[in-house]
Amino acid sequence: MSDAPVPRPPLHTPLGWLRWLFFAVVIRPLVYVVLGLNVRGHEHLPEKGPALVVANHNSHLDTLVLMSLLSHQSLHLLRATAAADYFMKPGWLRWATLNLVGILPIQRKPGPGGERRPVEEVLAPIHAALEQGLIVIFFPEGTRGEPEKLQRFKSGLGHLCASHPEVPVVPIYMHGLGKALPRGDNLLVPHFLDIVVGEPRRFAGEPRTFVETVQDAITEMESDLGVEPWD
Amino acid sequence: MTFLETVAASRDHLSVGVVGVFIGLWIFLLTATGVGQVLRVTKPGKTITKVNQIIRAWWVIAGFFTAVMWLGPTAMVLFMGFVSYLALKEFYSLVPTRRADRRALFWSYGAILVQYFAISQDWFILFLLYIPLYHLLMGPMRLVVRGRTEHFVRSSSTIHWGLMLAVFNLSHVAYLMVLPMDGNPNGGGPGMVLYLIILTELNDVAQFIWGKSFGKHKVAPSVSPNKTWEGLLGGLGTTSVLSMIIAPVLTPMTTLQAFGLGLSLSMLGFVGDVVMSAVKRDMQVKDSSSLIPGHGGVLDRVDSLSYTAPVAFYFFYFQFYA
Repeated sequence: MSDAPVPRPPLHTPLGWLRWLFFAVVIRPLVYVVLGLNVRGHEHLPEKGPALVVANHNSHLDTLVLMSLLSHQSLHLLRATAAADYFMKPGWLRWATLNLVGILPIQRKPGPGGERRPVEEVLAPIHAALEQGLIVIFFPEGTRGEPEKLQRFKSGLGHLCASHPEVPVVPIYMHGLGKALPRGDNLLVPHFLDIVVGEPRRFAGEPRTFVETVQDAITEMESDLGVEPWD
Repeated sequence: MTFLETVAASRDHLSVGVVGVFIGLWIFLLTATGVGQVLRVTKPGKTITKVNQIIRAWWVIAGFFTAVMWLGPTAMVLFMGFVSYLALKEFYSLVPTRRADRRALFWSYGAILVQYFAISQDWFILFLLYIPLYHLLMGPMRLVVRGRTEHFVRSSSTIHWGLMLAVFNLSHVAYLMVLPMDGNPNGGGPGMVLYLIILTELNDVAQFIWGKSFGKHKVAPSVSPNKTWEGLLGGLGTTSVLSMIIAPVLTPMTTLQAFGLGLSLSMLGFVGDVVMSAVKRDMQVKDSSSLIPGHGGVLDRVDSLSYTAPVAFYFFYFQFYA
């Protein structure tokens, strides 16, 4: 696993500085001025790696919001997992997501022969990033799914944490992006997002039960927030 | 030339009185910071920590305000447009909205552009009529086109109310700034803006201090338990006296006019404050957001200004410009 490729963009290079500028000038104004964050539990956010940030997933903007939520000083340590089948098609989107956003592409789909990829192979880029002391944003639902509805977490999170029991796992619940930019609509209407950051926890017990405790934590954050159904 | 005259002469829109009051404002803020730091040592506690946090944010607000006033009317139009945007966004995130409202909400944000463009062009009639009349008439039509009638009344009312509070009312600060010098030889538009902002904000502070020091009898217990008769009356007294002191330096008002307007602004500031408190209480939140440390959101800071600005504007306009 240790010979896995260094996640891009590398630290302290012109490309890294370009990414820093991109977030300072484009992404953070978008997140903080066009949208706006109401954050509870700010003190639980990790400042240094390795750490695993685990959040519910509704929109492509989730990744950008989470990356802006963490301190701008730790941006160089931040990577977010994203679907390779979606973002790794050749073109400018691939270049931008790899280098400017800083994603870790994950191969969700079966290999060329139609065979299921072993879970260790799928998660290898994340293992490598955690070993290098990076902060990884991970969406355990595996997909965006239905807007503003939490789906059952996949087992990947359990495998991941079992291999890195020392890495703190920070659960985050996000709400409101569905109002600013619902799936299937391309008009962005300014709206505040509610974000709850839970206490960091470390792996204990069985992979599946650990996934369930993290899922329960995020579900509880959702009900604490008192989210009203939106229609 | 004195120092004040030199500074005022370097900017066309600034008078000696405006520069002098600004310097007084910064000395006041410096004094408050000093007192806050002394109290932090002599009487440490939660209250003084919170008060010092509020004072720190005041430095930032005063810094922005000073820079905008120095830059002139165009900067003020852009700045107030941005403040309106932030306040409107907080309001619309606070009140219940429906999926079907998204287009109408988007149009409301567009109204900010129309309103402040009208100000920048000195189109007084459009400024007066666009939101209270044209948008009032056509805004609900956008919801009709969408076709969902459940909660139609709630949506069309709250959407327009937000526009009135956050955009129409607040934009009077910007229009005050672009009014010409001849109606107010003592300070022009900037003089009246400075008068309005100082009285509105210091009235908030005065009500807070009087209430904290002598407050016993609650004035609106179910809406805002911290508001007391002692705070309200103390604010009325402090603000009307302060108005009589700064009015001759910044505006052409007589002492009696200054007393009356000071009293009105103090009362209106209080009303704006408790009305927004009722909105927040209904939505079961304490602050409209957490953008300004210690103060809450932009809407929490400008709720009283939204009530004082239009009244001060029309008083000045019809007394000295009509």
